[in-house]
Parts: sequence; C-alpha cells; structure tokens
Amino acid sequence: MAGLDELYREVILDHYRNPRRKGTLSGDHVHAEGNNPSCGDEFFLDLLVEDGVVVDAAMLGQGCSISQASGSMMMDAIVGQSVDDIQDLAGKFRIMMTIDEGENPVDEERPGSVLGDLEALQGVRKFPVRIKCADLAWTTLAQALDQTAS
Amino acid sequence: MSDLRALRADFPILSREVNGKPLVYLDSAATTQKPQSVLDAMNSYYENSNANVHRGAHTLAVEATDLYESARTKVAAFIGTSPSQLAFTRGTTTAINHIAYGWGLHHLSEGDKILLTIMEHHANIVPWQLVAKYTGAELVYLDLDDDFGVDTSELDKVLDERVKIVSFSGMSNVTGALGPIDVLSKAAASVGAISVLDAAQLVPHTNVDVEALGVDFLAFSSHKMLGPTGIGALWGRADRLEEMEPAEGGGEMINVVERHASTWAPVPHKFEAGTPPIAEAVGFGAAVDYLSAVGMDNVVAHERSITAYALDRLSEVPDLTIYGPKDVSKRGGAVSFELGDIHPHDIATILDQDGIAVRAGHHCARPLMKYLEIPATARASFYLYNVPEEVDLLVESLHKARGIFGLV
Ligand SMILES: Cc1ncc(COP(=O)(O)O)c(C=O)c1O
Repeated sequence: MAGLDELYREVILDHYRNPRRKGTLSGDHVHAEGNNPSCGDEFFLDLLVEDGVVVDAAMLGQGCSISQASGSMMMDAIVGQSVDDIQDLAGKFRIMMTIDEGENPVDEERPGSVLGDLEALQGVRKFPVRIKCADLAWTTLAQALDQTAS
Repeated sequence: MSDLRALRADFPILSREVNGKPLVYLDSAATTQKPQSVLDAMNSYYENSNANVHRGAHTLAVEATDLYESARTKVAAFIGTSPSQLAFTRGTTTAINHIAYGWGLHHLSEGDKILLTIMEHHANIVPWQLVAKYTGAELVYLDLDDDFGVDTSELDKVLDERVKIVSFSGMSNVTGALGPIDVLSKAAASVGAISVLDAAQLVPHTNVDVEALGVDFLAFSSHKMLGPTGIGALWGRADRLEEMEPAEGGGEMINVVERHASTWAPVPHKFEAGTPPIAEAVGFGAAVDYLSAVGMDNVVAHERSITAYALDRLSEVPDLTIYGPKDVSKRGGAVSFELGDIHPHDIATILDQDGIAVRAGHHCARPLMKYLEIPATARASFYLYNVPEEVDLLVESLHKARGIFGLV
C-alpha cells in the first residue's frame, strides 16, 4: 500500500484529471506523436520554438494516469524555457527515472527544485513496468526537439 | 457451485505469493496455469525418451514418436475427431496462418471477400489482411448487436458468391461472448465459402464436438487449456486438408524430395515441417487427459457459476461498467470492465499489489475496442481452478482502487 501511495500522489491524479495545455497549436509549429504499442497509450505534442525558446506547446493524449500526468507536468515545465534548459531537464528526469538502487536510491534527496511537480513521479520507479508510461511524453518531446534542430 | 476447489492443489503455482499476498490468478484467457501432471509428463519425456520423431530406428526415437503420435490421438479425441485430421501447430495464430497461406492464397483473387466479425482477435484479422494484400481480396466485418453478440441480421447484405472465407471466433477473449457458429458456418456453406473457427477460447471452456459444428477448419492453443506454450492444433475437414497446400516446407513434411520438386507427406504431416515441439505435444496430451478426467461438463458448470457470481459482485461496484453479455448462457468466463475514469493499467497495478493478476489493454482486439469506443479494458478471466473467494478479493481490491483515485 505504501508503494501505491507513492505512485498515485495527489498531484499526479490532479494532472491526470486536469491535463495542462490540452489541445493543438494552429499556425507554425512542430508536431510529434508517441505511443506505447504494448499498452495503447498515446501522446501528441505540438511545440512552437522561437529563437531557441519553447514559447508555446499543446498536447493531446490518451492513456493511464502515469503517462498522462507525466505529459501534463512536462508541459508546465517546458513552456517559456530554452531548448538547452529543456534538454538539461530531460536529462535530470531520465536520471530520476533510472532504477539504480545503489547510486540513485528512491528516497534520497532529488534535484526537486528543478523538477518541480515532476518529482512526484519518483514513486513510479518502484513499479518498473510503469516507467515506460512516465517516459512516453519525454520520448515524444525528444522527437519534437529533433525536428526543431534540423 | 460445482466444487472443483480440491483441484487447486494440482497447480503448484497457485500456492505462491505475489507482493506478499496469495496469488489470485484471473488471467486464464491470456494463458492458463499448468497442473503437475502436465509438468511431469514433459519432464519424463526429456528424462526418459528424448529423441527426434519419425523415421528413427532406435528405441528412443520409437518411444518419442509413439508419445508424439499418441498426444495427437488424445487431442483429436478431446474434440471428437480422428488424429488424421489434426495437425500440430505452434498455436492458434499459426494454425490460422496455415489456412491463410495454404488455402487463402490459392483460392482467392481480386474482388473476393473474406468475412470476419468485429470481435476478432488480431490472430484472426492480420493473417487475412495479408491474404487480402497478396490476392486483392477485401475484408468485410459483421458488427455486434446490443448484447455484444455478433449481429447476423444484416448477413444477407454482405453474403454473396464473392465471399470465399468466413472466419470467426467461437468465444471472444474480450467480452466473453459466444460466436454464432451455427449461423455463420451455414451461411458460409450456402455460398460455397469455407468457414474457419477461432476456437482459442472455445475448446478450453466448452465441450466441443468438432464434426458437429459444421465448420471447415478449427484452430486452438494448448497453453489456454492447461498445456504448455509453443503448441496448438489445426483441425480441418478431410477434403479441405487435402486441398490445402503446406504453408511451410522442410523436413518431416515431405514424401520424396528431388532437385527441383518434392511430394508431400500425407495429411496431417504435410503441415508439420521441421522438428515439431515434441515435449510440448506430450504436455498437451497430458493437459487434455487432465481436463477429461475432471470432465468438461464439470468445467463448464463451474465456470458458469463463478462467472455468474463475478458478474453479480462486480455489478455492485459503483462506476463499474461491464463490456459483455450478462446472461451466462451466452458467454464464457472472460469479463472485461472499466471502473470510472481509472485507466485499466492503473487498475491492474493496484490489483497486482494485492496479488491479483488481471490483464489491461486492448487484448489484441483493437478493432473491437475502436468499435466499442473504448481505449482499453481491464479483464478478469476464470478457469476451473478459480474459487468465489477470489472474486471477493477482486471486488475488495477494486474498492481500494476507487479510494486511491478518490471516486466516491
Ligand atoms: C480468441 C483468440 N484467438 C486467438 C488467440 C491467439 O492464440 P495464440 O497466441 O495462442 O496463438 C487468442 C489468445 O491470445 C485468443 O484469445
């Protein structure tokens, strides 16, 4: 039960039920689509990047609380940030989601100030099969950013 | 309730714990657990008789061949047919692919139609998509009625001489609904089409007398009926098996091989290219021995009563929607449901913490999910070793899930 409390934190359920920046962008933007074929979860992302800064973003998704909350939190975290800072954040998120009980114990102080709400996803690490749910939005983001780089 | 409770002791895995709780295994529609007798039969084959089958002159080869062929006889007898009409395959999927490649590719051409139902498993959709792609044939689907059964009221509109194959499930692995076997097999025959029955869920859960079903082909899997993975069966009417080409070539399936051409071994061996899964066949035989000893009538009665109990108890859970027939005479023991806005994967994770194994997702039936306009369901499915207390634990854990997600 302790594990479940850590997994389904209030803030995760809030993002699941009230996803931020739900919708699509009109006008110029890049678009990326991610899905987990094994479970059917989907995440569609529109990004508007100007002068190396994500100035607007919108998402549409469908799936479990973890995949959708992770996406919603990511939206909050990236809009207004430079692509460089976002790459940095994505790296920190990846580290947080890596299971490595030795160097990266679940309860140790995390770079929480940077990750904000996203830190609530730490509990997912105790449920390894669900890590791919938390990752979905982020792999979609990486695809979108790749397009802006080219 | 016909009480098969004592059988639980025959299944070693049922005494293990998951996350500190006794395992409650409610995923038999995906694969079933195995009784000790099946494990022992396979082990004994490897310990005592392991050899390649057919044409070997030494003692072990003869024993292995006898074991393999007697497994065929047992499995054939289990569905009321002769071993000469039963080919071992890797499972239901492979059996359907044999029909698609061995019959479909050779009998269909542009403009022909393959009639399916919208409740099919991907195993009974994708092989026909391949046939359609290679031949120019077209797939046509029957929709469902209000009670999750296949709607055959519009059959006349789609049925004509261009329909060459009618392929459908005997029991849905998602909704549990039984398929209209009689109507569809007769409809197929009336236009000269072949009928193919996906019996992956039917053979494990009902008393099948295949010769009486009126279909041309039937496919099923060992692992869904207490046997090992890696083996299943293709049954066909004798004349259909004769006219069917082998989908795979190689050793074991030939009569004489020349440089440029070969002749085939007689049916059913012409469909069994390469070294077959021998230990698995032996295990499959032991599984049907086990089911026969319990008696399929008892299995059916037990599953009906536990499914009725589950439907009853689940309907008490607020916000829970069941996708499938409510009448147990129209269905098997696969029960799909949604619970409020809790995603099925979240349900499965929460139940797993209580040691309860259910499946969540599209259950390899994406067209059905799209048709029902749902992204996924959670599914509890029952078999002869499940007991009502497990249903109670499921319901209790679902209440817990409601609490975690703040549903009131
Ligand atoms: C109705 C139905 N058809 C086909 C299959 C495919 O069976 P297998 O994976 O054993 O080939 C399954 C099981 O997954 C099923 O439930």
